[in-house]
Formats: sequence, C-alpha cells, structure tokens
Amino acid sequence: MSDLVIDTHSLRKEFGPKVAVADLTLDVRAGEVFGFLGPNGAGKTTSIKMLLSLTKPTAGRATLLGRPLGDLAARAKIGYLPEHFRFHEWLRADEFLNLHGELYGMDRAARGAAVPRLLKLVGLEDRAATKLGAFSKGMLQRIGLAQALLNDPALVFLDEPTSGLDPIGRRVVRDIITDLRQRGMAVFLNSHFLSEVEKTCDRVAFIRGGRVLQTSSLKEFEEEAMQVVVRVGQPTPELLTGLAQFGRNVALEPGDGRVRLTMSDEAQLPALAHWVVQNGHNLYELTPTHLSLEDRFLQVVGEESDE
Amino acid sequence: MAAILIIARLTIREAQRRRLLWVALFMGLAFLLVFGIAFHYIRLDIERQVTAGDDITFVSLLLLTAGLYAVNLLTNVVAVLVSVTTLSGEIESHTIDAIVTKPIPRWQVVMGKWLGFAGLVLAYLALLVGGLMLIVYLRSGFLMDNIGRGVAMMALAALLVLTVSIAGGTRLSTIANGVMTFMLFGLAFMGGLVEQVGALIRNTAAVNVGIVSSLIMPADSLWKKATVYFQPSDVSNPFELGPFAAITEPSSLMVAYAVVYLLVLLALALRSFSRRDL
Repeated sequence: MSDLVIDTHSLRKEFGPKVAVADLTLDVRAGEVFGFLGPNGAGKTTSIKMLLSLTKPTAGRATLLGRPLGDLAARAKIGYLPEHFRFHEWLRADEFLNLHGELYGMDRAARGAAVPRLLKLVGLEDRAATKLGAFSKGMLQRIGLAQALLNDPALVFLDEPTSGLDPIGRRVVRDIITDLRQRGMAVFLNSHFLSEVEKTCDRVAFIRGGRVLQTSSLKEFEEEAMQVVVRVGQPTPELLTGLAQFGRNVALEPGDGRVRLTMSDEAQLPALAHWVVQNGHNLYELTPTHLSLEDRFLQVVGEESDE
Repeated sequence: MAAILIIARLTIREAQRRRLLWVALFMGLAFLLVFGIAFHYIRLDIERQVTAGDDITFVSLLLLTAGLYAVNLLTNVVAVLVSVTTLSGEIESHTIDAIVTKPIPRWQVVMGKWLGFAGLVLAYLALLVGGLMLIVYLRSGFLMDNIGRGVAMMALAALLVLTVSIAGGTRLSTIANGVMTFMLFGLAFMGGLVEQVGALIRNTAAVNVGIVSSLIMPADSLWKKATVYFQPSDVSNPFELGPFAAITEPSSLMVAYAVVYLLVLLALALRSFSRRDL
C-alpha cells in the first residue's frame, strides 16, 4: 500500500449535468512509468486536473504519495508539465526556472545547481538568456519539462509531453523518461503517441467515457497478445475447432481463407503447424505478429468510440 | 508566506518587462508637464489682474484640487487596466496551471498579485501627487494643508478599485471583469453627482440614491472625503471650489465602511480563487 504514488477510488467529476469522469479507479506504483490512454473527450485531462487539485472531484477519494489530494507536502515532491505549457513569455529561460524553483521552496544554492543542469538535460543550455516569448513550441515544451523536474520529484505528471516536438525532440523526451524511471521516479504519462507509450511505459490504463476500462502491464500483454494468421487451402469447421486448442479468438477472415487467432505462447507454433498438416490441410502461411499498442487500444477503446 | 512575496515581485517584474512601468512613468511626466505649463500661465494672468494675496492662494488651491481630481481618475483607471487581465488572463491561457500546482496555497497567489499591483498603483499615485505639489510649491510657494489625509483617501479609493478588479478576475472573463469594474466605478461617480445635486436642491430621494450607490461602491465618496481635507476650513462657501467642492461631507463611518468593504472583498477574492476549478 505504501509504495503506491497514486491511489484513487471512484473519483468522479460532474460539470452540471455533464459527467466528465464517471469512475476513476487506478493505482500507480512508485518508480513505474504509467501510460494514461483514451480517445479525445474520454476525461483524461479532467482526471489529471483532479489529481493535481486544479479541479475538485465531485465524489470519490484519492491519495498522492500517500497524502490526500491538494496536500502541500505531497506537492513539493510532484512535478507537472501541463498540456498547454503556456508560461510567462516575458521571462528568460533561466529566470523562468528560477521562479518555479522558488515556488518549490528551493533555496538559492539548490536553484543555482538545478537550473543549469536541467537546461542541459533538455538541450537548452545555450538559450538560458532567451526570453520564452522567442521560443518555439517544442522549446517551450522542453523548458516546461525542465520546470517539472526542478524539485527532483517522486512523481511527475506529463500531459502530452511530446505533442509539439519533432522526432528528435520526441527522442530526447523519451530518453529523459527512461532516465527518470532508472532514477526511481514515477511518471504519469498522458500521450496520444501510442508508439511512444509502448516504448516507455510499464503499465497502461485505458479510459473511455470517464471510466477506466482496463489496466495492464505492457510486458504482460506483449507476451499474451500474439496474433497468428493461418492460411490453408480449404478451411473447414473442424479446422477452426481444432485451432481453438492452441489459442483464443479463432476467427475465419471472410474471403481468402485466412484464419486469425490469438496465442499466448510462441513455443506452441511448431505444434500448431504440425497439427494443421497432420489433419490434411495444405498450409500456405503461418504468420505470428505481436499486437501493437494501437491495435490493443482500438480493441479496448475503439468499439463504441464513435458515440 | 514566501510565495506571496515571490508572486508580488513577479507582478512588478511583469509590469516592468511589458513596458507598462515605463509608459506609465512617461505619460505621468507628460501629465505633470502639461499641468505645470497651464499652472504657470494661469498664475501669470491672475497675478496681473488680482492683487489680494488670499485670492491668489485660492487660485492655487483650485488648480491643485483640479490636478488632484485628474490624478484620482487616472490612478483609478490605471488600477483597473493593469490588474483586470491578471487572473482571468492567466486562467484562460492556463499559465496559472504550473503556478498553482506548486506547494503553495492558492490564496497566496492572489494575495501576491494584489500586493504587487497595490505597490505599483500607490507608487504611481505618489509620483503624480508629489509632482503636482512640487510644481505648485515651486511656482507659487503654496502648500496645501491636510494633503496627507486627502491623499490617503485617494489611495484607499485606488486600492478599492484594484480589489474589485482582482476579485472579479477570480471568476469573470477579462472582458466581463473590465466592464463590471468600470461600471461600478461609473455608478459610484454618477451616484456621487446625484447626491451632490440632491443636497443642493434638498431632494431627499436623490441624496438617498447617492448614499446607496456609495454603499455599492464607496470610491467616489472617498474622493469627496479627500476634497474636504483639501478645502481650507475657512472657506465659507464650498461652491467657490466649483465642480470639485464637497457639498456633502461623507462621514468617517463611510471611510471605515470602505476599509471593511476592501478587506471583505479581498477575503472573498482569496476564497473564490481557492475554490474554483481551473
């Protein structure tokens, strides 16, 4: 229990008659990178706002770092990169970081050490004296990320941290996230870039209609979720029944006679091939593919998302 | 509590970086220059025509009061303009999000902004009043009695308007807040005028309208209280001061009411911002 950095139970937010978040129940463990995924309007931003006490929940309870929402001692150990990353554009980059360091209660010496280190981390060490007004979207996002790491947080919220970045910038942010995890920080990542989440996250939660539909570990479903395509000359009902012993969700593709199934264990593939041939089928194709997070996302979230 | 000072300093630095400070300073000096030139020539004319010392002094008093009237108006307008966008603008642009998620209570953000703007507005008032007094003194040797008390009333009025604008900004959009604050200011002005006329023609209803409007927004009453301090006690007929005369003197209770009004409104602003969804 004590190693949960986020622990929420049935958090709910209503705006008048509109329910933005119906039931947010999730937990994030210390030191893990947690992906928060869902279609537009699923309630992701409202959820993050509730966790950060920008918005008050209508019902439910939650703790961050073991303390109730809004607790100042907990906030001192939390970093936040807002989705909109709009900052005081008339400040210079170093002044901006100094200001936020002061707000974290860091003394002059601590700020003096942290500010150059973070500018370097996000690749803006040459821009310390540049006003934020002259920054590009990507640079603002990187300086915002530096701001979120000033206090050496135990938990960092990153709301769409790579949306304004080019591929190189995205790579930088991904490396930073990996580095944060190695240093034992927990990261709560809200991102639309599923490939990114796939590369960085330990676990993901899928949210739709203000509800957490599923929380799973990426490693887990990488293992469990292997799609196999089997193509034989003449698929028969007996073939479909027989294939069911090797995996789940056996389905015949209309048209070209391909059969798809989901398998958990790659080691079973030779046995499957053997069985197909032994039962008199001509095997033309046997292709295992790992389900991408995007496929998974569409599977879990996509079905009714056109509502 | 440190956060209050951090935000106050940030507020002043923003005014400086956005050239607000320099424009206000430059225009303030331009204002003083125009006043100085006008004062010099009017004085020159009066000296030629009038010989009685008392009457010459009276002209200085009248012109200085007119100058202070303009300063009062300018300070109030500046107080609204500088502060009207600060909270609502940062809420709309989400600049505030990265600030209020820091380990500081939200009310300290509002308090810091209020303090920063209060410092700016009071410095501006001091500059303009000081400039007017200096010009009048250098040209004519006239020093107004009780000016300190009168200026204190002007300062209270400016802080009152500032507080209305900050409080409005915790809930209203920038434009709605601007309209509300200026309308309140206008209502007080109109109410004050109606009350003066009412007192003049002994119309109780008009006087009551004025009193109610000064309860809704006491800024104009504070200016009237200030003019009472500015007028020498031996002026037998207040109408001699023309449009700047205080025919009805607001009571000390009205001043106390204005102070309580300001404190309650500020407390409401802190509370309102602490409770709202961002």
